[in-house]
Amino acid sequence: MYFQDLMLKLLDYWGREGCIISEPHDVEVGAGTMNPNTFLRSLGPEPWKVVYIEPSRRPADARYGENPNRVYQHHQLQVILKPSPEEVQQMYLDSLREIGIDPLKHDIRFVEDNWEAPTLGAWGLGWEVWLDGMEITQFTYFQQVGSINCETESAELTYGLERIAMYLQDVDNIFDIQWNKDFTYGDIFNMNEYEQSVYSFEKANVDTLKELFNIYEREANSSLEENLVMPTYDYVLKCSHTFNVLDARGAVSVSERTNYLGRVRNLARRVASKYIEKREDMGYPLLKKEGQKDE
Amino acid sequence: MSKKYLIEIGTEELPARDINHALEQFKKNMTKLLKEERIDFEEIKVYATPRRLTLIVLGLDERQSDLVEKLKGPAKRIAFDDEGSPTKALMGFMRGQGIDISSTYTEDFKGEEYVYASISKEGKSIEAILKESMAGVIKNINFPKSMKWGGKNIRFSRPIRWIVSLIDTEVLGFELEGIPVSNISRGHRFLGASNIEIKNADDYVELLRDNYVIVDQSERRDIIRYGSERLVKEKCGNLQKDEELLEEITNIVEYPTPIIGRIKKEYLELPADVIITPMKEHLRYFPVLDDKERLLPYFVTVRNGDEDHIETVIKGNEKVLGARLEDAKFFYMDDIKKPLEDYVEELKNIVFQDKLGTLYDKTKRIEKLAVKIGESLEVGEETERNASRAALLSKADLVTKLVGEFAELQGKMGMEYAKVSGENEIVSLAILEQYLPRYSGDYLPTTTAGSILSIADKLDTIVGLFSINIHPTGSQDPFGLRRKALGIINIILDKKLNVSIDELLETSLYIYVDVNGIAFDYNKVKDDIMEFFKGRIQNMFIQMGIRYDIVDAVVGSDIDDIYDMKIKADKLTRWLENENSSEILTAFKRVANLAEKAPSDHVSKELLTEDEIELYEKYNNLEDKIEASINKKEYDEALDLLGSLKDPIDKYFDKVMVMVEDEDLKNNRLSLLKKIYDTMREICDLSKIVN
Repeated sequence: MYFQDLMLKLLDYWGREGCIISEPHDVEVGAGTMNPNTFLRSLGPEPWKVVYIEPSRRPADARYGENPNRVYQHHQLQVILKPSPEEVQQMYLDSLREIGIDPLKHDIRFVEDNWEAPTLGAWGLGWEVWLDGMEITQFTYFQQVGSINCETESAELTYGLERIAMYLQDVDNIFDIQWNKDFTYGDIFNMNEYEQSVYSFEKANVDTLKELFNIYEREANSSLEENLVMPTYDYVLKCSHTFNVLDARGAVSVSERTNYLGRVRNLARRVASKYIEKREDMGYPLLKKEGQKDE
Repeated sequence: MSKKYLIEIGTEELPARDINHALEQFKKNMTKLLKEERIDFEEIKVYATPRRLTLIVLGLDERQSDLVEKLKGPAKRIAFDDEGSPTKALMGFMRGQGIDISSTYTEDFKGEEYVYASISKEGKSIEAILKESMAGVIKNINFPKSMKWGGKNIRFSRPIRWIVSLIDTEVLGFELEGIPVSNISRGHRFLGASNIEIKNADDYVELLRDNYVIVDQSERRDIIRYGSERLVKEKCGNLQKDEELLEEITNIVEYPTPIIGRIKKEYLELPADVIITPMKEHLRYFPVLDDKERLLPYFVTVRNGDEDHIETVIKGNEKVLGARLEDAKFFYMDDIKKPLEDYVEELKNIVFQDKLGTLYDKTKRIEKLAVKIGESLEVGEETERNASRAALLSKADLVTKLVGEFAELQGKMGMEYAKVSGENEIVSLAILEQYLPRYSGDYLPTTTAGSILSIADKLDTIVGLFSINIHPTGSQDPFGLRRKALGIINIILDKKLNVSIDELLETSLYIYVDVNGIAFDYNKVKDDIMEFFKGRIQNMFIQMGIRYDIVDAVVGSDIDDIYDMKIKADKLTRWLENENSSEILTAFKRVANLAEKAPSDHVSKELLTEDEIELYEKYNNLEDKIEASINKKEYDEALDLLGSLKDPIDKYFDKVMVMVEDEDLKNNRLSLLKKIYDTMREICDLSKIVN
């Protein structure tokens, strides 16, 4: 199965299960969880169902395109089901059948994994899903997001698309994945991997980035004062990514690190509570919508 | 007719380490309920898999025993009027209890007649009791980390999806946050049926077995143990013993099938720990060893399922392990590109403890401390050099890539990298041994350099944390300081090290002031740590089976040489078996009581009366001999010499009145007793011994 078919099949499956098929966020993120379609929507009582693919940047994992398993940017397929349905595990397993993984022919396990993203003030309980020993999905019931208890708990499924594709195509190197009939993963991403690695580890201008972090933080603060949740959140993401580059660049000392992380977490917490406040003021429109549907 | 009750809590996959603890609580809560409700039962069977916690209660009473209650009402004189009819007071009592006059009688209570009523309450049926209470039994199972789901008002380790509740052949329904309660269970996630109707609790175990669930944990454990052993025997190998891992795997599968896979030979060239750690910690594989405990190129894992398509599963697992080992190999090869010493500088980037500087600072402190310990133990120049070198390198592996990935390899990789960097065997081994003992009963360092380093590292942590006011309180000891102190004491006793704790503390405290420039109340911190160590020593001695009064006698107010205290305790224990020791103790207790009152230990010979001279001279004759014995650590000999003062002391007390009016005379007499007392205290405090 080609990489693009893997994406399409999963998007299609979850679309049929009632999820909005969405696009990645257009601001750099380290994980699909940071997309506002997860981070903000998992807050408050309103229902939400969405699936999207998120190219996720992890500067510290960059390897100049030389490591068979680690890359600067990988692709997560993210599903949010809120509230978490009773049969969510079964739905997940059906999605695997959809991409040709028959549980009867493999060893599929739900192995305890307590997910935590301290910068987002988020945590949940769940599992890593193992396919014959390989972790292919992170499965989490959110308990807290933006340091706020989740009023209605969401189930978050995060598929590691490259891992799954490597397994399905039986290749040992991520760059050997066939994207479609004619192009490999390497054809598409080699240059990006190399240059982003050089930039993150060697060339990024530390002073500029530190200044940018401050600027983004200031902008986040001022747009929050204007009660603008969405733009504020974009700047929080900018801060987070800028910090990640600085960190990969080795430009952050231990005490600075704690300080930077604290600043991002603080913004995330404030934007989260502002979001809830505004949705409440709006009378939780998605709750009403669900009410209409039932009638 | 007794009854049988089956309750199964059906869940999504529970974490392996939650299962046993949850099952214990489940059983305990159930037992408590039945006891409180006066329901007898024969036995509770417990079963658990990752997806279910099950109890089967056998030989249950059908109902509570009936209860006859005796209730006291009003006094007879106010209960009836002149005509003998019930008054308002009695009517009220009867109405309150729902009885009529026929159930009442009168009886004397402290000299006055009262109205009593005896009420028999019919016992509730077992069904009624369970219906009322099972939700509570389940809700009262606690987990270290629990979650909410689906807006329900219950916390559990993972979502509960179904409950089977069956008394004999009848479903016993109850309300638990809308979770279905029925007689329908579910089988293995892939191989079994998703709706198994259980008609009788007796069929439970077998019905689930038919649906690929082995509910009995010990049966699953045996399948894994013996199945795995059979597989490795074919390869002429043995499983690396690991009961903890076996227990964990038992709790992550419902239908275990052990499988064996291969490791590429090229990886076996890496240090064994580099291979074993990702295998065990990340993938829960059992390593396979040959008769000489060397790694063989195989691993054993357990499939949660049957034998079908087993080749695919094996191949997949081999691939995953291959990728992990490739990673480990990459890190290892990268780490050894430069000598271990070059990593020391990078420790400046890692904080040891907020107020106590970086790991680099700690390294520098341990280095100084190790040298001091070496000097005071007179271990010789070479060992001192080794200890100091090992101290310098001790934390360097913490910034290597491999230890960054596998934290549990700390020390082990330090040793490997030291060897590769050309450090000598002792230095390399000492780096590993700095972390020993890791837990009570663990191995102790084998080398002197390793012992010194281990003591220095632990002491540095204890002193540092005490200096910033972090110390263990009650059950709280987040930094494991008690364990570290016990580690130090164990090493000292094991290696028979004559080292002064007092001196060590002074050195360590001084280094903190000198190197880190930390300000703290020096004397208070030192006293606190002394007191802390004293407590640990007393504890350990008592655990070793030494009588508590002997511990008190040898662990005095000042603690110093721990090994010496142990010798004293042993000698004293034996000495106390002498038949006349009891009389000697009595004599010295009298000495001790009075000696406390002495203002000095200066004895003026001219003030001594005839009756005092004998004791004085006997003591003077012995003093040097006792000192000599103490210096040779011949404490039994010293005790014997001291004991020979018993007769003169007894005689002295017969004839001499100590507490006389004349101050000079009195003080002189007290001073003599104090001299004797002080000499005794150099051995131990005999007055602490319970006679």
